[in-house]
Amino acid sequence: MTLNDLKPGQSGKVTKLLGFGPLRRRIIDMGIIPGTIIFMKRIAPFGDPIQISVRGYELSIRKSEAKEILIDNIKGV
Amino acid sequence: MPTNELKMNPLKNQRKHLKSHSKKLSFALIGNPNCGKTTLFNQLTGSRQYVGNWPGVTVEKKEGNLKLYNTDINIIDLPGIYSLSPYSSEEIITRNCLIREKVDLIINIVDATNIERNLYLTTQLMELGLPMVIVLNMTDLLEKKGDTIDYEFLKQVLNIPVVPISANKGIGINELLKLSLDFAKKHKELKVKNIYSKDIDKILNSIENVLNETTNKININNRWVAIKLFEDDILVLKSIKLTKLQEEKISKYKNMVQLSKHVDRQMLLADARYKYICSICKIAVHKKNDHNIMTLTDKIDRVVTNKFLALPIFFALILLIFYTTFGPIGIFLKDQTNFLINNIFGNLVLNTLNILGASEWTKSLIVGGIIEGVGSVISFLPQITILFTLLSILEDSGYMARAAFITDKLLRRVGLSGRAFVPLLMGFGCSVPAILGTRILERENEKKLAILMVPFMSCSAKMPVYSMFIAAFFSKNQPFIIFSIYIIGILAAIFTTLIFKRKLLKGTSSSFIMELPEYKLPTIKNLTLHVWERVRDFLVKAGTVLLGAAIIIWFLQSFDTTLHLIEDSSQSILAAIGTRIAPIFTICGFNDWRASVSLLCGLVAKESVVSTMAVLYNTGSGIDLATNISQNFSALSAFSFMTFVLLYTPCIAAVSAIKKETKSILWTCFIVFYQLFIAWFFSACVFQFGNLFLNFAKF
Repeated sequence: MTLNDLKPGQSGKVTKLLGFGPLRRRIIDMGIIPGTIIFMKRIAPFGDPIQISVRGYELSIRKSEAKEILIDNIKGV
Repeated sequence: MPTNELKMNPLKNQRKHLKSHSKKLSFALIGNPNCGKTTLFNQLTGSRQYVGNWPGVTVEKKEGNLKLYNTDINIIDLPGIYSLSPYSSEEIITRNCLIREKVDLIINIVDATNIERNLYLTTQLMELGLPMVIVLNMTDLLEKKGDTIDYEFLKQVLNIPVVPISANKGIGINELLKLSLDFAKKHKELKVKNIYSKDIDKILNSIENVLNETTNKININNRWVAIKLFEDDILVLKSIKLTKLQEEKISKYKNMVQLSKHVDRQMLLADARYKYICSICKIAVHKKNDHNIMTLTDKIDRVVTNKFLALPIFFALILLIFYTTFGPIGIFLKDQTNFLINNIFGNLVLNTLNILGASEWTKSLIVGGIIEGVGSVISFLPQITILFTLLSILEDSGYMARAAFITDKLLRRVGLSGRAFVPLLMGFGCSVPAILGTRILERENEKKLAILMVPFMSCSAKMPVYSMFIAAFFSKNQPFIIFSIYIIGILAAIFTTLIFKRKLLKGTSSSFIMELPEYKLPTIKNLTLHVWERVRDFLVKAGTVLLGAAIIIWFLQSFDTTLHLIEDSSQSILAAIGTRIAPIFTICGFNDWRASVSLLCGLVAKESVVSTMAVLYNTGSGIDLATNISQNFSALSAFSFMTFVLLYTPCIAAVSAIKKETKSILWTCFIVFYQLFIAWFFSACVFQFGNLFLNFAKF
């Protein structure tokens, strides 16, 4: 399961980060690491990017980036 | 938790000691983007830097001074960063300032409403070993939410002074200043706390010991260098000189740690930092609401980024901005100002000059040259003020980040990311801040692409040109003409990216990990600050460059090459210059020397096109400019001229901004010539195809 599989209103827990380099680093710096809970807020009108809530703040991230974030423990809706 | 005394080499200590006798202290403001650094900077230094509500407003370091108890303090405002990793230009600017320059104290600003992620940077700053105070900003918003933070606990557990403030409301600023000064004078360095596991700490200590074998070139403690080497930080590795033996030892220590497939060393440290932060926040932070309660930002977002409503709202806002600026309100204000300057003020001056018995040429210079030239531009002040006020409201409210969120997918088609939306929209106001704003783009080439596009977004200085021609030719279908001009600009921008996308953006892909800030009501103070800054620039330009240009133009058109005052300006020096250039524009439909000269003057500032035309087409017979223009252009050639003005090389200020951002003379020259060519090509197309169409329509 990746972050992309979450539906708006659902939340999940990060298990792994795939990918490498600056993108991975940026994801880590924004506070997304294994164990972090992510809430899926909504999908942009054109279907991409998505808006998530993490550690109490709002973040926008593209689907191509969200697929590098593996999650489990999905809750809600 | 065990603490680690940092080991400074004696030579460096001595140097620091000497420095402390010089009275000037330097404080660096560091924090996450959009945490209120610039607001605090303004509060501390009394300066007037603009603050926006989207991440990345401060793109370069700014400095300001203040004097406190006989001590001169230099405050440095640095770009907002999320971490000290070297992946964006902001991070590198901030890091280099801390490492290379003498900073006596770090003032780390932490957004109290978003403390967990903000403390992540704090944990990294702590490792630098520099004296530091933590400022918990936006405590007023925190209280409003009903949340509390135990400041005393934070202070004790971090062993760093913590000052709660509200930079917006000016609460806690004096306490902060006093404490910072005391702390900077007393402490020369900070004890570095260990927040990592025993195994990692042991490895870091070993690396540090290896580093201590030689004196290190950068002015920062070895614990931080050790951590950065452990994280494989290439920039740090490059900046220090290691012996072969050292390199081998460090590499051996680094590999002692157990890694799994998706866990690297950076992740290990990040994990430890966040675990440490969470353990602190669990005790220090008390939240009143849980996640299920909708905040105001949530409610607004539900509407403005809604699947069906987002686009209509987006276009409605953009239309509203342009309608207010160019519609009845803007035009009414412009006409009133114009009347005030030309009829009332102009006549007053003329009468006074008559009474004083001034000579004909003095009257011609002052009334026909200066008032006509500069006045024709000043009358656009109301419209420019409206445009900038509305754009500022969008920026301050936090909507810009949402606009980027909505448009990301569209902009990706032309090779940009949603982030580029902000500078592109700002381009409609003024190209200069827009070009500087392209710095928020991650990739160097994406930035170049955006810089190529920005000048095609018709800036407010070009408004006077359109309005003049519209008054002369298109007063009946004004909205349509204005709209089509802006659309042509956007089309030229898209055309440009389609040409260059493949060349510039080969193989790279951008990311769009962007914070969406909470909505804020724009404050009147910040709004006036921002708008006044632009209006002042405009007025200064009118009073200096445009005034000078108007005088020079008047001179060049009133005298011939033998420096004799002439009656007919077609004999003048200016006519001689213009006639040389004019043939280039025959294909575009305007080979009048006066049009060519105006375009030439427009290279200084776009408003100059109008002020020059006002002087050149002023026959002194009391006929207004619009009528004079309509005798020398056809509707089609007027539109072709407007197209040229829209697309050709931006003003000198914008060109120098391009030079500053691309850091390449070659690129700057290329952009200048590219724009000249595109302008010529598009306006030729407009005229030629327009002519064909008109001829066809006749039959």
